[in-house]
Amino acid sequence: MPVTPMTTKEVAKKVINKESFFILDVRNEDAFQDWKVEGENVQYLNIPYFDLLDGVEEILPQLPQDKEVLVICAKEGSSIMVAEMLSEEGLTVSYLQGGMKAWSEHLEPVKVGDLKDGGELYQFVRIGKGCLSYMVVSNGEAALIDATRMTDVYMDFAKEISATITHVFDTHLHADHISGGRQIAEAVNATYWLPPKDAAEVVFQYEPLEEGNDVMIGNTTIQIQPLYSPGHTIGSTSFIIDDTYLLSGDILFIDSIGRPDLAGLAEDWVGDLRETLYKRYKALSDELIVLPAHFMIMEELNEDGSVSEKLGTLSEKNHGLNIEDEAVFREMVTGNLPPQPNAYQEIRETNMGKITPDDEKQREMEIGPNRCAVR
Amino acid sequence: MMNSDKVLDAKGLACPMPIVKTKKAMNELESGQVLEIHATDKGAKADLTAWAKSGGHDLVNHAEEGDVLKFWIKKG
Repeated sequence: MPVTPMTTKEVAKKVINKESFFILDVRNEDAFQDWKVEGENVQYLNIPYFDLLDGVEEILPQLPQDKEVLVICAKEGSSIMVAEMLSEEGLTVSYLQGGMKAWSEHLEPVKVGDLKDGGELYQFVRIGKGCLSYMVVSNGEAALIDATRMTDVYMDFAKEISATITHVFDTHLHADHISGGRQIAEAVNATYWLPPKDAAEVVFQYEPLEEGNDVMIGNTTIQIQPLYSPGHTIGSTSFIIDDTYLLSGDILFIDSIGRPDLAGLAEDWVGDLRETLYKRYKALSDELIVLPAHFMIMEELNEDGSVSEKLGTLSEKNHGLNIEDEAVFREMVTGNLPPQPNAYQEIRETNMGKITPDDEKQREMEIGPNRCAVR
Repeated sequence: MMNSDKVLDAKGLACPMPIVKTKKAMNELESGQVLEIHATDKGAKADLTAWAKSGGHDLVNHAEEGDVLKFWIKKG
């Protein structure tokens, strides 16, 4: 039986639809433990491909007969080899085309809602890495927020819906992924905005993103209001779009809050984080729909694959917004930090324009989960 | 530099070939002998380390020279 490739798009669809399937991940154990294709109804078996070179007979009893088996490795080469061996044993198997490398880069656009004047808001879900970026569309114009380095996806999407990208924003200087913002802005001659307090060391031109500098998209009343909300980085800025959506960047997530240590000292910024979450955000309408820049676990996805929740609901349910005692809050966000994202210092330097790694190196720097939250 | 009993050139090969060839070359060595491997696949480091460990071999040294990753594995 021939082995069939499965695209990242097909796998993303299965995961979003909570389909049940079986993954045989043939990367080494450390890589698997660190990061894998997540899904609520996925079963896993991790056997490194180098333990299967002499044959797959030994693992056959561990594979399901009644379920689809998807073989996954880092780039795809080893998964094809193992899939072919399994196929020769009579199993129907497929492999993940492009491997985890492609999975890390897959973007799934999901419409989050209509804007009051007929415009639309789209969320681009980077399902393998947990990054979320946004496109606001109104009257033939588009704004991008927190774009990833897969710049073609946004530019092609804009073209498809006949919109011109006029403004590109980053809510903060990212440490977990390489921003595509500057590159897109250059390619389509759009304005690139960065919070100046995060941009002290950048080596390129940008517009300072500061509170009060509302930006119009289209000729209607879609306002992007920068709201200074430091804590994850010193410059972190949120947006309120159309009086309805709160783009919270890496400050507030669905089931966690931003970590304050990736660009400086946790001890120094935890106070800002507290102030933003407990004073500035608490003063906003509970009806605002929070759209964060990341998700951490698949349970944070809605039925349609989008990631969003009302601010009022998060105020009740997000543990990070419900720690009355400031000392306890400090301890939670500084005392118990998860490992830092892969290559985060190099990623920050790339986003400042200080270094320009080639595509292959950029891919490698971004391997693994985003790790921007504390829970 | 380390002494080796055999040198395997796996430069330019993509996963899984560096390991496939390493395993084959290792079969031709005696216990205690050292295989030197040259590879350019970035994943080779983690994979060779894990493979050596699971096979009871000893990754005695590794080095990077430009784009080339070099490994010395003593057969267990």
